[in-house]
Amino acid sequence: MEPETPAPDAHAAPALTPLPAPPPSKAWQRVLLARHAKRPHSLDYIERLFTHFHEIHGDRAFADDPAIVAGMGFFEERPLMVVAEQKGRDTKQKLLRNFGMPKPEGYRKALRVMQIAAKFGRPILTLLDTPGAYPGIDAEERGQAEAIARNLREMSRLPVPVICVVIGEGGSGGALALGVGNFVYMMENAVYSVISPESCAAIIYRDASRGEAAANALRLTAEDLLEFGLIDGIIPEPGEGAHTDPDAAAGALRETLRWALDQLTPLTGAQLVEHRYDKFRKMGNFFL
Amino acid sequence: MPWFRRDKPLAKGEEGEKHVRTEGLWLKCEGCRQIIWKKDLEANWNVCPKCGAHARIDAAARLKLLFDGPYEVLDANLCSSDPLGFVDAKPYAERLAATQAATGLSDALISAAGTLAGRRVHICAMEPKFIGGSMGCVVGEKITRAIERSLEQRVPLIVVSASGGARMQEGAISLMQMAKISAALMRLDEAKVPFLSVLTDPTTGGVTASFAMLGDLNIAEPKALIGFAGPRVIEQTIRQKLPDGFQRSEFLLQHGMLDAVVPRVRMKEYLANALTFFCGPVT
Ligand SMILES: [Zn+2]
Repeated sequence: MEPETPAPDAHAAPALTPLPAPPPSKAWQRVLLARHAKRPHSLDYIERLFTHFHEIHGDRAFADDPAIVAGMGFFEERPLMVVAEQKGRDTKQKLLRNFGMPKPEGYRKALRVMQIAAKFGRPILTLLDTPGAYPGIDAEERGQAEAIARNLREMSRLPVPVICVVIGEGGSGGALALGVGNFVYMMENAVYSVISPESCAAIIYRDASRGEAAANALRLTAEDLLEFGLIDGIIPEPGEGAHTDPDAAAGALRETLRWALDQLTPLTGAQLVEHRYDKFRKMGNFFL
Repeated sequence: MPWFRRDKPLAKGEEGEKHVRTEGLWLKCEGCRQIIWKKDLEANWNVCPKCGAHARIDAAARLKLLFDGPYEVLDANLCSSDPLGFVDAKPYAERLAATQAATGLSDALISAAGTLAGRRVHICAMEPKFIGGSMGCVVGEKITRAIERSLEQRVPLIVVSASGGARMQEGAISLMQMAKISAALMRLDEAKVPFLSVLTDPTTGGVTASFAMLGDLNIAEPKALIGFAGPRVIEQTIRQKLPDGFQRSEFLLQHGMLDAVVPRVRMKEYLANALTFFCGPVT
Protein backbone atom coordinates (compact mmCIF):
# COMPACT_ATOMS: atom_id res chain seq x y z
CA MET A 1 0.00 0.00 0.00
CA GLU A 2 1.09 3.51 -0.81
CA PRO A 3 1.60 5.79 2.16
CA GLU A 4 -1.03 8.52 2.28
CA THR A 5 1.55 11.23 2.37
CA PRO A 6 4.49 10.30 0.21
CA ALA A 7 7.87 10.85 1.80
CA PRO A 8 9.66 13.91 0.41
CA ASP A 9 11.70 12.89 -2.58
CA ALA A 10 15.16 14.43 -2.34
CA HIS A 11 15.37 14.37 -6.15
CA ALA A 12 11.98 16.01 -6.89
CA ALA A 13 12.07 19.62 -8.04
CA PRO A 14 11.13 21.92 -5.16
CA ALA A 15 8.00 24.02 -5.64
CA LEU A 16 8.90 27.65 -5.03
CA THR A 17 6.98 30.91 -5.37
CA PRO A 18 9.26 33.34 -7.18
CA LEU A 19 7.46 36.43 -5.91
CA PRO A 20 5.02 37.08 -3.11
CA ALA A 21 1.42 37.58 -4.29
CA PRO A 22 1.11 41.21 -5.41
CA PRO A 23 -0.71 43.46 -2.98
CA PRO A 24 -4.28 44.30 -4.01
CA SER A 25 -4.60 47.34 -6.26
CA LYS A 26 -5.66 50.59 -4.66
CA ALA A 27 -9.13 50.34 -6.17
CA TRP A 28 -9.57 46.80 -4.89
CA GLN A 29 -8.26 47.72 -1.43
CA ARG A 30 -10.93 50.41 -1.34
CA VAL A 31 -13.64 47.94 -2.37
CA LEU A 32 -12.55 45.61 0.45
CA LEU A 33 -12.41 48.46 2.97
CA ALA A 34 -15.79 49.82 1.88
CA ARG A 35 -17.25 46.37 2.62
CA HIS A 36 -15.13 45.68 5.71
CA ALA A 37 -17.00 43.70 8.37
CA LYS A 38 -16.18 46.31 11.01
CA ARG A 39 -16.69 49.42 8.89
CA PRO A 40 -18.93 52.00 10.57
CA HIS A 41 -22.46 51.87 9.18
CA SER A 42 -25.01 54.67 9.06
CA LEU A 43 -26.33 54.13 12.59
CA ASP A 44 -22.75 54.24 13.93
CA TYR A 45 -22.41 57.75 12.50
CA ILE A 46 -25.93 58.81 13.46
CA GLU A 47 -25.39 57.95 17.14
CA ARG A 48 -22.11 59.89 17.18
CA LEU A 49 -23.30 62.98 15.29
CA PHE A 50 -26.89 63.54 16.44
CA THR A 51 -28.79 64.12 19.62
CA HIS A 52 -32.49 63.36 20.08
CA PHE A 53 -32.55 61.17 16.98
CA HIS A 54 -36.01 59.76 16.38
CA GLU A 55 -36.82 57.45 13.52
CA ILE A 56 -39.63 57.98 11.04
CA HIS A 57 -41.03 54.81 9.49
CA GLY A 58 -42.96 53.63 6.47
CA ASP A 59 -43.88 54.68 2.97
CA ARG A 60 -47.63 55.01 3.69
CA ALA A 61 -48.32 52.65 0.81
CA PHE A 62 -46.91 49.23 1.48
CA ALA A 63 -44.34 48.76 4.24
CA ASP A 64 -41.44 50.04 6.29
CA ASP A 65 -38.09 49.11 4.75
CA PRO A 66 -35.40 48.52 7.40
CA ALA A 67 -32.66 48.88 4.75
CA ILE A 68 -33.26 52.63 4.95
CA VAL A 69 -33.22 54.46 8.26
CA ALA A 70 -34.87 57.88 8.26
CA GLY A 71 -35.39 60.27 11.09
CA MET A 72 -35.20 63.63 12.82
CA GLY A 73 -32.11 64.58 14.72
CA PHE A 74 -30.18 67.55 15.99
CA PHE A 75 -26.69 68.20 14.74
CA GLU A 76 -24.89 70.65 17.01
CA GLU A 77 -28.34 71.93 17.98
CA ARG A 78 -29.43 72.38 14.38
CA PRO A 79 -32.45 70.31 13.29
CA LEU A 80 -31.49 67.97 10.45
CA MET A 81 -33.39 65.23 8.62
CA VAL A 82 -31.36 62.07 8.08
CA VAL A 83 -32.02 59.44 5.43
CA ALA A 84 -29.52 56.60 5.42
CA GLU A 85 -28.94 53.18 3.95
CA GLN A 86 -28.21 50.70 6.73
CA LYS A 87 -26.36 47.40 6.50
CA GLY A 88 -26.45 44.90 9.32
CA ARG A 89 -23.51 43.85 11.48
CA ASP A 90 -24.40 40.32 12.62
CA THR A 91 -26.35 37.71 10.64
CA LYS A 92 -29.67 38.61 12.23
CA GLN A 93 -29.18 42.30 11.53
CA LYS A 94 -27.96 41.63 8.01
CA LEU A 95 -31.14 39.72 7.24
CA LEU A 96 -33.30 42.38 8.86
CA ARG A 97 -31.60 45.11 6.83
CA ASN A 98 -31.59 42.95 3.68
CA PHE A 99 -27.79 43.47 3.50
CA GLY A 100 -28.43 47.16 2.95
CA MET A 101 -30.36 46.60 -0.29
CA PRO A 102 -33.47 48.78 -0.27
CA LYS A 103 -36.78 47.89 -1.88
CA PRO A 104 -39.15 50.39 -3.53
CA GLU A 105 -40.87 51.08 -0.20
CA GLY A 106 -37.50 52.16 1.19
CA TYR A 107 -36.96 54.71 -1.55
CA ARG A 108 -40.55 55.89 -1.18
CA LYS A 109 -40.12 56.29 2.58
CA ALA A 110 -36.95 58.27 1.89
CA LEU A 111 -38.78 60.61 -0.44
CA ARG A 112 -41.69 61.05 1.93
CA VAL A 113 -39.33 61.98 4.74
CA MET A 114 -37.31 64.36 2.55
CA GLN A 115 -40.51 66.11 1.54
CA ILE A 116 -41.42 66.57 5.21
CA ALA A 117 -38.02 68.21 5.69
CA ALA A 118 -38.66 70.44 2.67
CA LYS A 119 -42.05 71.47 4.00
CA PHE A 120 -40.57 72.62 7.30
CA GLY A 121 -37.36 74.06 5.89
CA ARG A 122 -35.01 71.53 7.46
CA PRO A 123 -31.76 70.52 5.79
CA ILE A 124 -31.25 66.90 4.76
CA LEU A 125 -28.28 64.58 5.21
CA THR A 126 -28.24 61.32 3.29
CA LEU A 127 -25.77 58.51 3.95
CA LEU A 128 -25.17 56.15 1.03
CA ASP A 129 -24.06 52.59 1.75
CA THR A 130 -25.54 49.82 -0.33
CA PRO A 131 -24.39 47.03 -2.64
CA GLY A 132 -27.34 48.14 -4.79
CA ALA A 133 -31.11 48.31 -4.91
CA TYR A 134 -32.60 44.88 -4.17
CA PRO A 135 -32.95 42.73 -7.31
CA GLY A 136 -35.98 40.57 -6.49
CA ILE A 137 -39.40 39.65 -7.83
CA ASP A 138 -41.26 41.68 -5.20
CA ALA A 139 -39.08 44.76 -5.76
CA GLU A 140 -39.76 44.62 -9.49
CA GLU A 141 -43.50 44.11 -8.94
CA ARG A 142 -43.66 47.20 -6.78
CA GLY A 143 -41.67 49.33 -9.22
CA GLN A 144 -38.04 49.51 -8.11
CA ALA A 145 -37.17 51.51 -11.21
CA GLU A 146 -40.03 53.94 -10.77
CA ALA A 147 -39.17 54.52 -7.12
CA ILE A 148 -35.54 55.35 -7.93
CA ALA A 149 -36.47 57.51 -10.92
CA ARG A 150 -38.97 59.51 -8.91
CA ASN A 151 -36.41 60.17 -6.17
CA LEU A 152 -33.91 61.48 -8.72
CA ARG A 153 -36.41 63.95 -10.09
CA GLU A 154 -37.93 64.97 -6.77
CA MET A 155 -34.62 65.38 -4.92
CA SER A 156 -33.60 67.84 -7.63
CA ARG A 157 -36.38 70.23 -6.57
CA LEU A 158 -36.09 70.08 -2.78
CA PRO A 159 -35.85 73.72 -1.64
CA VAL A 160 -33.62 72.89 1.34
CA PRO A 161 -29.91 72.06 1.68
CA VAL A 162 -29.21 68.45 0.70
CA ILE A 163 -25.86 66.95 1.70
CA CYS A 164 -24.96 63.42 0.64
CA VAL A 165 -22.10 61.27 1.89
CA VAL A 166 -21.06 57.90 0.47
CA ILE A 167 -19.82 56.21 3.64
CA GLY A 168 -19.13 52.75 2.21
CA GLU A 169 -20.50 51.16 -0.95
CA GLY A 170 -22.09 53.51 -3.46
CA GLY A 171 -23.90 50.78 -5.35
CA SER A 172 -25.21 52.22 -8.60
CA GLY A 173 -28.81 53.49 -8.89
CA GLY A 174 -29.58 52.09 -5.46
CA ALA A 175 -27.19 54.64 -3.97
CA LEU A 176 -27.86 57.48 -6.39
CA ALA A 177 -31.55 57.33 -5.44
CA LEU A 178 -30.46 59.18 -2.26
CA GLY A 179 -27.57 61.00 -3.91
CA VAL A 180 -28.86 64.17 -5.58
CA GLY A 181 -27.36 66.75 -3.25
CA ASN A 182 -25.92 70.26 -3.22
CA PHE A 183 -22.74 68.72 -1.91
CA VAL A 184 -21.89 65.07 -2.46
CA TYR A 185 -18.92 63.72 -0.52
CA MET A 186 -17.20 60.37 -0.31
CA MET A 187 -15.37 58.98 2.68
CA GLU A 188 -11.77 58.34 1.67
CA ASN A 189 -12.19 54.57 1.37
CA ALA A 190 -15.71 54.56 -0.03
CA VAL A 191 -16.42 53.50 -3.60
CA TYR A 192 -19.13 54.68 -5.99
CA SER A 193 -19.82 52.74 -9.13
CA VAL A 194 -22.28 52.15 -11.95
CA ILE A 195 -21.98 48.38 -11.44
CA SER A 196 -20.36 46.14 -8.83
CA PRO A 197 -16.86 44.99 -9.81
CA GLU A 198 -18.00 41.35 -9.68
CA SER A 199 -20.99 41.93 -11.97
CA CYS A 200 -18.80 43.93 -14.32
CA ALA A 201 -16.22 41.12 -14.37
CA ALA A 202 -18.96 38.58 -15.07
CA ILE A 203 -19.87 40.59 -18.17
CA ILE A 204 -16.49 41.62 -19.54
CA TYR A 205 -14.39 38.58 -18.54
CA ARG A 206 -17.24 36.08 -18.10
CA ASP A 207 -15.66 35.49 -14.69
CA ALA A 208 -17.11 37.09 -11.56
CA SER A 209 -13.94 36.25 -9.60
CA ARG A 210 -11.97 38.87 -11.54
CA GLY A 211 -13.51 41.70 -9.55
CA GLU A 212 -10.14 43.29 -8.87
CA ALA A 213 -9.41 43.85 -12.57
CA ALA A 214 -12.91 45.22 -13.10
CA ALA A 215 -12.56 47.51 -10.06
CA ASN A 216 -9.42 48.99 -11.61
CA ALA A 217 -11.17 49.56 -14.94
CA LEU A 218 -14.28 51.14 -13.41
CA ARG A 219 -12.45 54.06 -11.73
CA LEU A 220 -14.60 53.90 -8.64
CA THR A 221 -12.43 55.44 -5.92
CA ALA A 222 -13.13 58.79 -4.27
CA GLU A 223 -10.14 60.32 -6.09
CA ASP A 224 -11.49 59.07 -9.43
CA LEU A 225 -14.92 60.57 -8.87
CA LEU A 226 -13.43 63.85 -7.73
CA GLU A 227 -11.23 63.94 -10.83
CA PHE A 228 -14.26 63.41 -13.09
CA GLY A 229 -16.17 66.17 -11.31
CA LEU A 230 -18.84 63.83 -9.95
CA ILE A 231 -18.34 64.55 -6.24
CA ASP A 232 -17.48 67.68 -4.28
CA GLY A 233 -14.96 66.40 -1.78
CA ILE A 234 -13.29 63.56 0.06
CA ILE A 235 -13.61 63.11 3.82
CA PRO A 236 -10.38 61.72 5.27
CA GLU A 237 -10.45 58.50 7.28
CA PRO A 238 -8.25 57.66 10.26
CA GLY A 239 -5.34 55.20 10.14
CA GLU A 240 -5.98 52.11 8.06
CA GLY A 241 -9.62 53.02 7.56
CA ALA A 242 -12.76 54.21 9.36
CA HIS A 243 -13.15 50.87 11.17
CA THR A 244 -9.89 51.41 13.07
CA ASP A 245 -11.31 54.48 14.79
CA PRO A 246 -15.03 55.12 14.20
CA ASP A 247 -14.99 58.13 16.54
CA ALA A 248 -12.31 59.82 14.46
CA ALA A 249 -14.16 58.97 11.24
CA ALA A 250 -17.34 60.47 12.67
CA GLY A 251 -15.31 63.50 13.76
CA ALA A 252 -14.12 64.09 10.19
CA LEU A 253 -17.68 63.75 8.93
CA ARG A 254 -18.81 66.23 11.59
CA GLU A 255 -16.30 68.87 10.41
CA THR A 256 -17.44 68.47 6.81
CA LEU A 257 -21.12 68.55 7.67
CA ARG A 258 -20.70 71.72 9.72
CA TRP A 259 -18.81 73.36 6.84
CA ALA A 260 -21.43 72.31 4.29
CA LEU A 261 -24.34 73.53 6.39
CA ASP A 262 -22.62 76.87 6.95
CA GLN A 263 -22.23 77.27 3.20
CA LEU A 264 -25.75 76.24 2.26
CA THR A 265 -27.93 77.57 5.07
CA PRO A 266 -27.84 81.25 3.93
CA LEU A 267 -29.14 80.34 0.46
CA THR A 268 -32.80 80.63 -0.51
CA GLY A 269 -34.80 77.61 -1.63
CA ALA A 270 -34.61 78.74 -5.25
CA GLN A 271 -30.85 79.24 -4.99
CA LEU A 272 -30.41 75.76 -3.52
CA VAL A 273 -32.41 74.16 -6.32
CA GLU A 274 -30.46 76.14 -8.92
CA HIS A 275 -27.11 75.25 -7.34
CA ARG A 276 -27.93 71.55 -7.27
CA TYR A 277 -29.25 71.59 -10.81
CA ASP A 278 -26.24 73.41 -12.18
CA LYS A 279 -23.86 70.94 -10.55
CA PHE A 280 -25.49 67.83 -12.05
CA ARG A 281 -26.08 69.54 -15.41
CA LYS A 282 -22.32 69.79 -15.89
CA MET A 283 -21.60 66.13 -15.20
CA GLY A 284 -20.22 64.12 -18.06
CA ASN A 285 -18.85 66.65 -20.54
CA PHE A 286 -16.39 64.17 -22.02
CA PHE A 287 -16.77 64.64 -25.73
CA LEU A 288 -14.34 64.46 -28.63
CA MET B 1 -39.13 39.58 -27.06
CA PRO B 2 -38.08 37.80 -30.24
CA TRP B 3 -35.51 39.01 -32.66
CA PHE B 4 -36.21 38.02 -36.20
CA ARG B 5 -33.46 35.73 -37.34
CA ARG B 6 -32.65 34.55 -40.76
CA ASP B 7 -33.30 30.81 -40.79
CA LYS B 8 -30.57 28.35 -41.69
CA PRO B 9 -29.99 28.28 -45.43
CA LEU B 10 -31.70 25.42 -47.19
CA ALA B 11 -29.70 22.32 -48.00
CA LYS B 12 -28.38 22.30 -51.53
CA GLY B 13 -30.05 19.92 -53.96
CA GLU B 14 -33.79 19.49 -54.16
CA GLU B 15 -34.64 23.10 -53.31
CA GLY B 16 -31.43 24.56 -54.61
CA GLU B 17 -33.10 26.71 -57.19
CA LYS B 18 -35.57 28.14 -54.69
CA HIS B 19 -32.72 28.76 -52.29
CA VAL B 20 -30.91 30.96 -54.78
CA ARG B 21 -34.06 32.93 -55.45
CA THR B 22 -35.10 33.51 -51.86
CA GLU B 23 -31.89 33.84 -49.92
CA GLY B 24 -32.15 36.74 -47.47
CA LEU B 25 -35.72 37.44 -48.48
CA TRP B 26 -37.43 35.50 -45.75
CA LEU B 27 -37.10 35.26 -41.98
CA LYS B 28 -38.42 33.09 -39.22
CA CYS B 29 -40.55 34.80 -36.55
CA GLU B 30 -39.35 33.86 -33.10
CA GLY B 31 -42.88 34.37 -31.79
CA CYS B 32 -44.76 31.89 -33.97
CA ARG B 33 -41.84 30.16 -35.75
CA GLN B 34 -43.47 30.79 -39.09
CA ILE B 35 -41.58 31.86 -42.18
CA ILE B 36 -42.29 35.42 -43.15
CA TRP B 37 -41.33 37.38 -46.21
CA LYS B 38 -38.88 40.03 -45.14
CA LYS B 39 -40.70 42.64 -47.21
CA ASP B 40 -44.01 41.87 -45.50
CA LEU B 41 -42.34 42.20 -42.14
CA GLU B 42 -40.65 45.49 -42.95
CA ALA B 43 -43.86 46.89 -44.41
CA ASN B 44 -45.45 46.09 -41.05
CA TRP B 45 -42.70 47.85 -38.99
CA ASN B 46 -41.18 44.50 -37.95
CA VAL B 47 -44.40 43.33 -36.35
CA CYS B 48 -45.14 39.75 -37.39
CA PRO B 49 -48.22 39.80 -39.65
CA LYS B 50 -49.11 36.30 -38.45
CA CYS B 51 -48.79 36.48 -34.64
CA GLY B 52 -48.24 40.16 -33.86
CA ALA B 53 -44.82 39.63 -32.21
CA HIS B 54 -42.92 42.93 -32.05
CA ALA B 55 -39.33 42.49 -33.21
CA ARG B 56 -36.89 45.28 -32.51
CA ILE B 57 -36.54 48.17 -34.91
CA ASP B 58 -33.68 50.61 -35.14
CA ALA B 59 -33.80 54.26 -34.16
CA ALA B 60 -34.12 55.54 -37.72
CA ALA B 61 -37.13 53.30 -38.42
CA ARG B 62 -38.67 54.45 -35.17
CA LEU B 63 -38.40 58.09 -36.20
CA LYS B 64 -39.86 57.27 -39.62
CA LEU B 65 -42.77 55.55 -37.86
CA LEU B 66 -43.56 58.55 -35.66
CA PHE B 67 -42.74 61.65 -37.69
CA ASP B 68 -45.02 62.82 -40.50
CA GLY B 69 -42.17 63.21 -42.95
CA PRO B 70 -38.64 64.57 -43.00
CA TYR B 71 -37.14 65.55 -39.66
CA GLU B 72 -34.12 67.46 -38.43
CA VAL B 73 -31.40 65.47 -36.63
CA LEU B 74 -29.76 67.33 -33.73
CA ASP B 75 -26.44 66.88 -31.92
CA ALA B 76 -25.55 64.15 -34.40
CA ASN B 77 -21.80 64.48 -33.98
CA LEU B 78 -21.48 64.27 -30.21
CA CYS B 79 -18.92 61.51 -29.49
CA SER B 80 -17.65 60.10 -26.20
CA SER B 81 -13.98 60.72 -25.45
CA ASP B 82 -13.68 57.46 -23.46
CA PRO B 83 -12.98 59.32 -20.20
CA LEU B 84 -12.02 56.19 -18.24
CA GLY B 85 -9.71 54.73 -20.86
CA PHE B 86 -11.76 51.59 -20.34
CA VAL B 87 -10.42 48.28 -21.64
CA ASP B 88 -12.18 44.92 -21.59
CA ALA B 89 -11.97 42.30 -24.36
CA LYS B 90 -11.01 45.24 -26.54
CA PRO B 91 -10.49 48.90 -25.74
CA TYR B 92 -13.77 50.81 -25.43
CA ALA B 93 -12.44 53.42 -27.86
CA GLU B 94 -12.09 50.73 -30.53
CA ARG B 95 -15.50 49.29 -29.73
CA LEU B 96 -17.00 52.76 -30.09
CA ALA B 97 -15.27 53.37 -33.41
CA ALA B 98 -16.37 49.98 -34.78
CA THR B 99 -19.97 50.52 -33.66
CA GLN B 100 -20.01 54.01 -35.11
CA ALA B 101 -18.82 52.62 -38.44
CA ALA B 102 -21.39 49.80 -38.38
CA THR B 103 -24.39 51.95 -37.44
CA GLY B 104 -23.51 55.31 -38.93
CA LEU B 105 -24.39 56.85 -35.55
CA SER B 106 -22.10 58.64 -33.08
CA ASP B 107 -23.79 56.94 -30.12
CA ALA B 108 -26.87 55.03 -29.00
CA LEU B 109 -29.52 57.69 -29.59
CA ILE B 110 -30.89 59.89 -32.38
CA SER B 111 -32.28 63.23 -31.28
CA ALA B 112 -34.65 64.78 -33.78
CA ALA B 113 -37.23 67.52 -34.33
CA GLY B 114 -40.18 67.38 -36.68
CA THR B 115 -43.94 67.06 -36.71
CA LEU B 116 -46.19 64.27 -35.43
CA ALA B 117 -49.76 64.48 -36.74
CA GLY B 118 -49.04 68.07 -37.67
CA ARG B 119 -47.70 69.05 -34.25
CA ARG B 120 -44.08 70.04 -33.69
CA VAL B 121 -42.37 67.57 -31.34
CA HIS B 122 -38.89 66.53 -30.26
CA ILE B 123 -38.23 62.81 -30.35
CA CYS B 124 -35.21 60.99 -28.95
CA ALA B 125 -35.00 57.39 -30.16
CA MET B 126 -32.51 54.98 -28.62
CA GLU B 127 -30.59 52.58 -30.85
CA PRO B 128 -30.51 49.09 -29.32
CA LYS B 129 -27.77 47.96 -31.71
CA PHE B 130 -25.32 50.52 -30.36
CA ILE B 131 -23.59 48.79 -27.40
CA GLY B 132 -26.95 47.48 -26.22
CA GLY B 133 -28.48 50.95 -26.42
CA SER B 134 -26.51 51.77 -23.29
CA MET B 135 -26.43 55.26 -21.79
CA GLY B 136 -23.12 57.04 -21.38
CA CYS B 137 -22.32 60.73 -21.37
CA VAL B 138 -23.39 61.25 -25.02
CA VAL B 139 -26.86 59.75 -24.56
CA GLY B 140 -27.20 61.68 -21.28
CA GLU B 141 -26.20 64.98 -22.88
CA LYS B 142 -28.35 64.52 -25.99
CA ILE B 143 -31.47 63.80 -23.95
CA THR B 144 -30.73 66.70 -21.61
CA ARG B 145 -30.30 69.08 -24.56
CA ALA B 146 -33.54 67.81 -26.09
CA ILE B 147 -35.29 68.52 -22.77
CA GLU B 148 -33.79 72.01 -22.71
CA ARG B 149 -34.98 72.70 -26.27
CA SER B 150 -38.43 71.42 -25.40
CA LEU B 151 -38.42 73.73 -22.39
CA GLU B 152 -37.28 76.82 -24.33
CA GLN B 153 -39.61 76.24 -27.26
CA ARG B 154 -42.46 74.70 -25.24
CA VAL B 155 -42.47 71.73 -27.61
CA PRO B 156 -43.57 68.29 -26.33
CA LEU B 157 -40.85 65.68 -25.87
CA ILE B 158 -41.07 61.97 -26.65
CA VAL B 159 -38.28 59.58 -25.68
CA VAL B 160 -38.38 56.07 -27.08
CA SER B 161 -36.26 53.83 -24.85
CA ALA B 162 -34.49 50.66 -25.96
CA SER B 163 -31.56 50.14 -23.65
CA GLY B 164 -29.82 47.77 -21.30
CA GLY B 165 -29.17 50.69 -18.93
CA ALA B 166 -26.17 52.77 -17.96
CA ARG B 167 -22.98 52.08 -19.95
CA MET B 168 -20.42 50.44 -17.66
CA GLN B 169 -17.52 51.50 -19.90
CA GLU B 170 -18.07 55.08 -18.71
CA GLY B 171 -18.40 54.11 -15.04
CA ALA B 172 -19.94 56.57 -12.59
CA ILE B 173 -20.12 59.19 -15.35
CA SER B 174 -22.89 57.07 -16.92
CA LEU B 175 -24.57 56.71 -13.55
CA MET B 176 -24.74 60.48 -13.06
CA GLN B 177 -26.54 60.91 -16.39
CA MET B 178 -29.56 59.41 -14.62
CA ALA B 179 -29.56 62.32 -12.17
CA LYS B 180 -28.77 64.91 -14.83
CA ILE B 181 -31.65 63.88 -17.10
CA SER B 182 -34.10 63.45 -14.21
CA ALA B 183 -33.27 66.94 -12.92
CA ALA B 184 -33.86 68.40 -16.39
CA LEU B 185 -37.20 66.56 -16.49
CA MET B 186 -38.07 68.23 -13.21
CA ARG B 187 -37.81 71.58 -15.02
CA LEU B 188 -39.93 70.35 -17.91
CA ASP B 189 -42.48 69.12 -15.38
CA GLU B 190 -42.55 72.51 -13.63
CA ALA B 191 -43.03 74.24 -16.99
CA LYS B 192 -45.92 71.86 -17.79
CA VAL B 193 -44.47 70.83 -21.14
CA PRO B 194 -45.55 67.24 -21.93
CA PHE B 195 -43.04 64.39 -21.77
CA LEU B 196 -44.21 61.06 -23.12
CA SER B 197 -42.05 58.02 -22.42
CA VAL B 198 -42.29 55.09 -24.81
CA LEU B 199 -40.72 51.89 -23.48
CA THR B 200 -39.69 49.24 -25.99
CA ASP B 201 -37.83 45.96 -25.81
CA PRO B 202 -35.60 46.07 -23.81
CA THR B 203 -35.75 48.90 -21.26
CA THR B 204 -33.81 48.00 -18.13
CA GLY B 205 -31.38 49.29 -15.50
CA GLY B 206 -30.53 52.95 -15.19
CA VAL B 207 -32.68 53.97 -18.16
CA THR B 208 -35.83 52.54 -16.58
CA ALA B 209 -34.72 53.94 -13.21
CA SER B 210 -34.59 57.47 -14.59
CA PHE B 211 -36.30 59.07 -17.59
CA ALA B 212 -38.18 56.02 -18.92
CA MET B 213 -40.39 55.91 -15.81
CA LEU B 214 -40.82 59.69 -15.55
CA GLY B 215 -43.19 60.38 -18.41
CA ASP B 216 -46.45 62.19 -17.90
CA LEU B 217 -47.49 58.98 -19.57
CA ASN B 218 -45.38 55.81 -19.67
CA ILE B 219 -46.44 53.76 -22.67
CA ALA B 220 -44.96 50.41 -23.69
CA GLU B 221 -45.01 48.19 -26.73
CA PRO B 222 -46.48 44.70 -26.18
CA LYS B 223 -44.30 42.10 -24.47
CA ALA B 224 -41.28 44.37 -24.10
CA LEU B 225 -38.81 43.46 -21.35
CA ILE B 226 -38.98 46.30 -18.82
CA GLY B 227 -37.42 46.33 -15.39
CA PHE B 228 -34.70 47.55 -13.08
CA ALA B 229 -32.62 44.45 -12.48
CA GLY B 230 -32.05 42.06 -15.37
CA PRO B 231 -33.87 38.71 -15.17
CA ARG B 232 -30.61 36.77 -14.88
CA VAL B 233 -29.41 38.89 -11.95
CA ILE B 234 -32.70 38.30 -10.16
CA GLU B 235 -32.58 34.57 -10.83
CA GLN B 236 -29.06 34.36 -9.44
CA THR B 237 -30.01 36.38 -6.36
CA ILE B 238 -33.18 34.54 -5.39
CA ARG B 239 -32.18 31.15 -6.86
CA GLN B 240 -35.57 30.34 -8.28
CA LYS B 241 -37.18 30.42 -11.72
CA LEU B 242 -38.97 33.60 -12.64
CA PRO B 243 -42.70 33.42 -13.37
CA ASP B 244 -43.88 33.47 -17.00
CA GLY B 245 -44.31 36.95 -18.37
CA PHE B 246 -42.29 38.49 -15.52
CA GLN B 247 -41.00 41.98 -16.39
CA ARG B 248 -42.96 42.10 -19.63
CA SER B 249 -45.14 45.09 -20.52
CA GLU B 250 -48.37 43.33 -19.57
CA PHE B 251 -46.89 42.41 -16.15
CA LEU B 252 -45.97 46.04 -15.52
CA LEU B 253 -49.40 47.22 -16.64
CA GLN B 254 -51.01 44.77 -14.25
CA HIS B 255 -48.82 46.03 -11.39
CA GLY B 256 -49.68 49.66 -12.07
CA MET B 257 -46.35 50.75 -13.54
CA LEU B 258 -47.55 51.71 -17.04
CA ASP B 259 -50.34 53.87 -18.38
CA ALA B 260 -50.91 51.75 -21.46
CA VAL B 261 -49.56 48.98 -23.65
CA VAL B 262 -49.94 50.05 -27.26
CA PRO B 263 -49.06 48.08 -30.41
CA ARG B 264 -46.41 49.64 -32.60
CA VAL B 265 -48.74 50.39 -35.48
CA ARG B 266 -51.11 52.28 -33.15
CA MET B 267 -48.40 54.16 -31.23
CA LYS B 268 -48.38 57.31 -33.34
CA GLU B 269 -52.14 57.62 -33.08
CA TYR B 270 -51.97 57.13 -29.30
CA LEU B 271 -49.25 59.78 -28.88
CA ALA B 272 -51.05 62.25 -31.16
CA ASN B 273 -54.24 61.81 -29.19
CA ALA B 274 -52.46 62.32 -25.85
CA LEU B 275 -50.78 65.49 -27.10
CA THR B 276 -54.09 66.85 -28.35
CA PHE B 277 -55.57 66.09 -24.95
CA PHE B 278 -52.69 67.83 -23.14
CA CYS B 279 -52.05 70.76 -25.47
CA GLY B 280 -55.23 71.20 -27.46
CA PRO B 281 -55.69 70.82 -31.20
CA VAL B 282 -52.88 71.70 -33.58
CA THR B 283 -53.17 75.34 -34.61
ZN1 LIG C 1 -45.00 35.53 -35.63
